[in-house]
Amino acid sequence: MPDVRDVIIIGSGPAGLTAAIYTARANLAPLVIEGEPSSTTDQPGGQLMLTTEVENYPGFVDGIQGPELMDAFRKQAARFGAEYLTAKVTRVDFSVRPFKLWIGEEELPTRSVVVATGAQSLMLGLPNELELVGHGVSTCATCDGFFFRGHPIAVVGGGDSAMEEALFLTKFADKVSIVHRRDSLRASKIMQERAFANPKIEFVWDSVVTGLKGKEKLEGLQLTNLKTGEESDFDATGLFVAIGHVPNTGLFKGQLEMDENGYLVTHDGSRTNVDGVFACGDVQDHIYRQAITAAGSGCMAAIDAERWLESQPHEHHIEPTTTDW
Amino acid sequence: MAEGITTLTDTTFDEEVKGSDELVLVDFWADWCGPCKLIAPILEELATEYAGKLRVCKLDVDDNPGITGRFSVMSIPTLILFKDGDIATRMVGAKGKNQLRQELEAFL
Repeated sequence: MPDVRDVIIIGSGPAGLTAAIYTARANLAPLVIEGEPSSTTDQPGGQLMLTTEVENYPGFVDGIQGPELMDAFRKQAARFGAEYLTAKVTRVDFSVRPFKLWIGEEELPTRSVVVATGAQSLMLGLPNELELVGHGVSTCATCDGFFFRGHPIAVVGGGDSAMEEALFLTKFADKVSIVHRRDSLRASKIMQERAFANPKIEFVWDSVVTGLKGKEKLEGLQLTNLKTGEESDFDATGLFVAIGHVPNTGLFKGQLEMDENGYLVTHDGSRTNVDGVFACGDVQDHIYRQAITAAGSGCMAAIDAERWLESQPHEHHIEPTTTDW
Repeated sequence: MAEGITTLTDTTFDEEVKGSDELVLVDFWADWCGPCKLIAPILEELATEYAGKLRVCKLDVDDNPGITGRFSVMSIPTLILFKDGDIATRMVGAKGKNQLRQELEAFL
């Protein structure tokens, strides 16, 4: 059997990497299973890898680029001995001690686990949406904005991510339309004000995208007004979707307690229903969802894991008695 | 250089790709694309692993609008595999090493 780790951290966004910094400094030699490259937020470094300027992370007076911030987190944890595996966990068994994780056939036993798998962006779920990714439908505004110079673009959503994407895209497009299902936004005040003040941004209220036109590439949208039920064609050859997130918890179904939306349930800090398994970041938080709250909860999970490990009987101390005294 | 990655441009593309009797994988990328940076080291490893069977090249979409436009690249990273100068397969978006390997192996 391979060596049993003290702690394995699954996920490498602000929560996972903060847990790595703290457990590494506590000499627990954490292994971070950081995920695999992808063009969605489900990737090493997490959601900040697809953002541009982060203006609200304390300590950076002039803001910092999301990927740059995550690179710094990663190096900081490595400095104290955190190790990384660029892979995805494929299976877990939390019913045995030590716990077991697998990457394909490779088995990784560990005394404790910190779950920081985060959340990923929802897609619209329209029939031809996936075929049009890369041909007008994009999951990454920072990657693809450049290709939409002069195109009419639609951004779907009413939160901060939607505003950020729309504002970013005005650098390239002549017109960006924000399509939102309600008649008011849930984005923060500052982002709303910036969006309202931008002459290239217009709003299409009370509407949802119900169809994507085009085979080889996106040629237009079909919108449905939720108040009137009226359907209309909408001119857009670029579509960016920012309608919310779904937690990455499929791996833990049947083993960790979740709420009705699939978010992990934590109690007394970062504890899950399994003793020795801790959760932090967006995988257990659908309310705040900020880099700083994720990092804070990652610190909590690390301290909880460290204390929990200390409270456990150390097996190397319990040697079987073979001699009579 | 047998191994490593060749940088292509609008002017060298045809000669390097169309004229090649090896399989050629072209990575359409740009400096400002995070997912592109994530897969860059993987492509280097694949270039070494498949040396002699596959040539890995990259093309900066910022500097080379001609070729980028010819292949209607609208999302990066896009990887296009060329066989005898024609498109054999096209992969949009960053992927892990094993997944890339699987998709490529069907053509090797």
